[in-house]
Amino acid sequence: MNTPASIPPPFKNGGTCRDTPVLKERGQREVFCGLTGIIWLHRKMQDAFFLVIGSRTCAHLLQSAAGVMIFAEPRFGTAILEETDLAGMADAHEELDREVARLLSRRPDIKQLFLVGSCPSEVIKLDLTRAAERLTVEHAPHVRVLNYSGSGIETTFTQGEDACLASMVPVLPSTDQRELMLVGALPDVVEDQAVSLLTQMGIGPIRVLPAPRASDTPGVGPNTVFACLQPFLGDTAAALTRRGATMISAPFPFGEEGTTLWLRAIADEFGVDDETFDRVTAAPRARARKAIANASAALQGKTIFFMPDSQLEIPLARFLTRECGMEAIEIGQPFIHKGLVGPDLDLMPAGPTISEGQDVDKQLDRVRAARPDLTVCGLGLANPLEAEGLTTKWAIELVFTPVHFYEQAGDLAGLFSRPIRRRALLKLEAAE
Amino acid sequence: MKLTVWTYEGPPHVGAMRVATAMKGLHYVLHAPQGDTYADLLFTMIERRDHRPPVTYTTFEGRDLGEDTAGIFKQTCQDAYDRFKPQAIIVGASCTAELIQDDPGGLAETMDIPVPVIPLELPSYQRKENFGSDETFYQIVKALARPMDRTPEVTVNILGPLALGFRHRDDIEEIKGLLYEMGIGINVVAPFDATPEDITRMGAAHANILMYPEHAETAARHLERTCGQPYTKTVPIGVAATHEFVAEVAQICGVEPRKDLSRLRQPWWSKSVDSTYLTGKRVFLFGDATHVKAAARIARDEMGFEVVGLGCYNREFARSIRDLAKDFGVTPLITDDYLEVEKAIEDASPEMILGTQMERHIGKRLGIPCAVISAPVHVQDFPARYSPQMGWEGANVIFDTWIHPLVMGLEEHLLAMFREDFEFHDEAGPSHHGGHAPKPSENGGPAPQTAVTHGGPAPQTPRDISGTGNEAGAAQAQTEAQSSGSDVMVWLADAERELKKIPFFVRGKARRNTEKFATEQGLQEISLDTLYEAKAHYAR
Repeated sequence: MNTPASIPPPFKNGGTCRDTPVLKERGQREVFCGLTGIIWLHRKMQDAFFLVIGSRTCAHLLQSAAGVMIFAEPRFGTAILEETDLAGMADAHEELDREVARLLSRRPDIKQLFLVGSCPSEVIKLDLTRAAERLTVEHAPHVRVLNYSGSGIETTFTQGEDACLASMVPVLPSTDQRELMLVGALPDVVEDQAVSLLTQMGIGPIRVLPAPRASDTPGVGPNTVFACLQPFLGDTAAALTRRGATMISAPFPFGEEGTTLWLRAIADEFGVDDETFDRVTAAPRARARKAIANASAALQGKTIFFMPDSQLEIPLARFLTRECGMEAIEIGQPFIHKGLVGPDLDLMPAGPTISEGQDVDKQLDRVRAARPDLTVCGLGLANPLEAEGLTTKWAIELVFTPVHFYEQAGDLAGLFSRPIRRRALLKLEAAE
Repeated sequence: MKLTVWTYEGPPHVGAMRVATAMKGLHYVLHAPQGDTYADLLFTMIERRDHRPPVTYTTFEGRDLGEDTAGIFKQTCQDAYDRFKPQAIIVGASCTAELIQDDPGGLAETMDIPVPVIPLELPSYQRKENFGSDETFYQIVKALARPMDRTPEVTVNILGPLALGFRHRDDIEEIKGLLYEMGIGINVVAPFDATPEDITRMGAAHANILMYPEHAETAARHLERTCGQPYTKTVPIGVAATHEFVAEVAQICGVEPRKDLSRLRQPWWSKSVDSTYLTGKRVFLFGDATHVKAAARIARDEMGFEVVGLGCYNREFARSIRDLAKDFGVTPLITDDYLEVEKAIEDASPEMILGTQMERHIGKRLGIPCAVISAPVHVQDFPARYSPQMGWEGANVIFDTWIHPLVMGLEEHLLAMFREDFEFHDEAGPSHHGGHAPKPSENGGPAPQTAVTHGGPAPQTPRDISGTGNEAGAAQAQTEAQSSGSDVMVWLADAERELKKIPFFVRGKARRNTEKFATEQGLQEISLDTLYEAKAHYAR
């Protein structure tokens, strides 16, 4: 039943999506900035605090994105720049030191502090790198202070996680151990599944970045091999490579096939034989296939259009076209890192438009012309498109919901089929 | 620098967006980096608008900074005009663009845009959302409205309702109704649903109705100066305030103060004996100044509560809130720091909080009932049903909204009083406060909630304390008859004992709910735990 997974050969006629010329657009972008990454990162890293140095807008964005989490003493906050901070730079550093000292004295549980740059702090060229170094010395050894940019002028949505993880790489301890590092913040339940499957194949030791606590920080060195769990981790991958680690390239673990190919690539690296691989994966693969078949019935033959949001678009389009029978019209990503999503692009025959960046009005013109059965887009666009009679799947949920690996494959298909089923269920027009 | 987690107000350009989104035929070109578009979802999700806000962002990036961000602005402005063909454009900068000093107003002036282009100066590092909306509306009115002949019949403009305003949609209808009864026509309602062309006609009205001083007082003053239009000073929230409003309007418009009170039920509801227990309830008020001022008066004079604390987050109105606090003999709280509000509430230990969504969460944390009276609010306070705050129907709505959590509170109190196990109390807490209810097992992943859904209308609860309890008793008898039927449900001794401690007038309901819950859970026996699981379940 379970043929050993391997990446199929390229498509004969017309090549794959990797060969498709990318439509690059600039203009108005309807996307989040990287600050939003804090919302899930702070949940994952249990002794870290994310201090945004920004404006009231940054604070307002975080509270709009975090919703109810705001009320649960979250480990993030915004140091709002005021008129006086803009007058003289030296002052801003003193102010920052004072705010940090006050924060750390109130929160002794904090072991890692991230100073997160924003558009305003970058435009006034507030040097957070120096501030982080200074504050690390001041608060050593109890707290380590790092910095990265989550600003809109540098990062889009999930790139905030990339920037955060990349900022940690240079300070990871060195090791010569041959270890597997899984890179990317996933819900604990999903991470545990991944670690369990790999452990059953005899692969180990396995480390994760980010670790739940500063004390579990993985080491890195020339014998480290790492696999990304998310497609938006280009800078982190580059930083790890600079430390001598080797990346395992694979399609991302969405759906039964994606998960199998991802596991297979790691298994190959660690010399796992086919029999072991099949023994470990056979049952969950069968479960995943069955769950996808149930959840994807409404998706068969439907067309889908991805607006750019999270860089998950290409791997998800691969899953939806290959495992759920959908047809992609356009797959938009804020950025396309072919070194990471190349294997996913290879699995899709040429056909859909692959677009990078956005000019939102022009892209909406294309959506309206194509009238896809399902449009994946942000919350600022979803209701307006629904009101135009299009069915939408709001994209943010794909980042906040456990969707990776076998056990979530059915849920993942369900996220896309639910809006289509709902549209079929509601008989509102008839009642009017 | 000031460390903040939660803010009552967004930045001023969000205020400008609220004006632009409220209007039609107006477009806002906002010089802003990628990411500032997050504010769109406040309108499409919280207010559930079915179209995108009419805002175009320049979306400059890091690599543009050394180069030609001014050029990007001009191009965006031109593209926005060509695509949307608005009647007028407002231009401005967000906090980041303010720092790069491109001067959107000056740039737009040099372009050949054939409609009025109104520049906005919104100091992001000093002012906030309400200033942004007030200033934007003022600039639009200043640019477009002109003195002109009055309409032959008596008409007024209605000023202030916005996008994302707390009950603005329905308040407009109430105001229209009050004016209709006096035979006063409506000239222009603005910004809500007004076009720039409508703004140019504003001078024809005889007077202005200032609905929300936070959003339109500057414009009202301007119209008074330039067009000689008096404006109303009373905000008609509450019965007395509505009577005064009608008198004021009648006076400035020179008409009879006619009113139709046939639908006003609040005064009788408040007088009826069922409301006696509301007397002297200690309430704490916080929100925007206008709603707090109105609510304080309703609380004291129309509900018989005792106001034990009050305050507002918008400093622009600090003076009037201080005066009000003096009148009520309490210390005013002018702050935008929710931790200070929480502290003040803790110190005052009220029996009820009237506030914003933030105070609702503080209420949950402290176990105090709360009703929402002011923005900022979440999606559940943009209801589908008609629910104004102003006018006669507004008074009815306010009565219901405020006492519902208290009815629940009374039930909780009685249940707790007739219960012996006080340790249990810490765990369960008042059942109408989700924050203290036993948590359903979660998988620990971050919750995907960008929209809070707590605190909808409280479930109806029997509160027949004055009566003989006949109805509840009958219901109980009925359930007891049912429970001895073929579907045998066994009550364990301790659960049965606990049930008997619940006051008779809610016991029938408790029994019914518990058995229904047990059936749903597939249980045959009801233990003490089942009883309280069920209680927690139905209280959500």
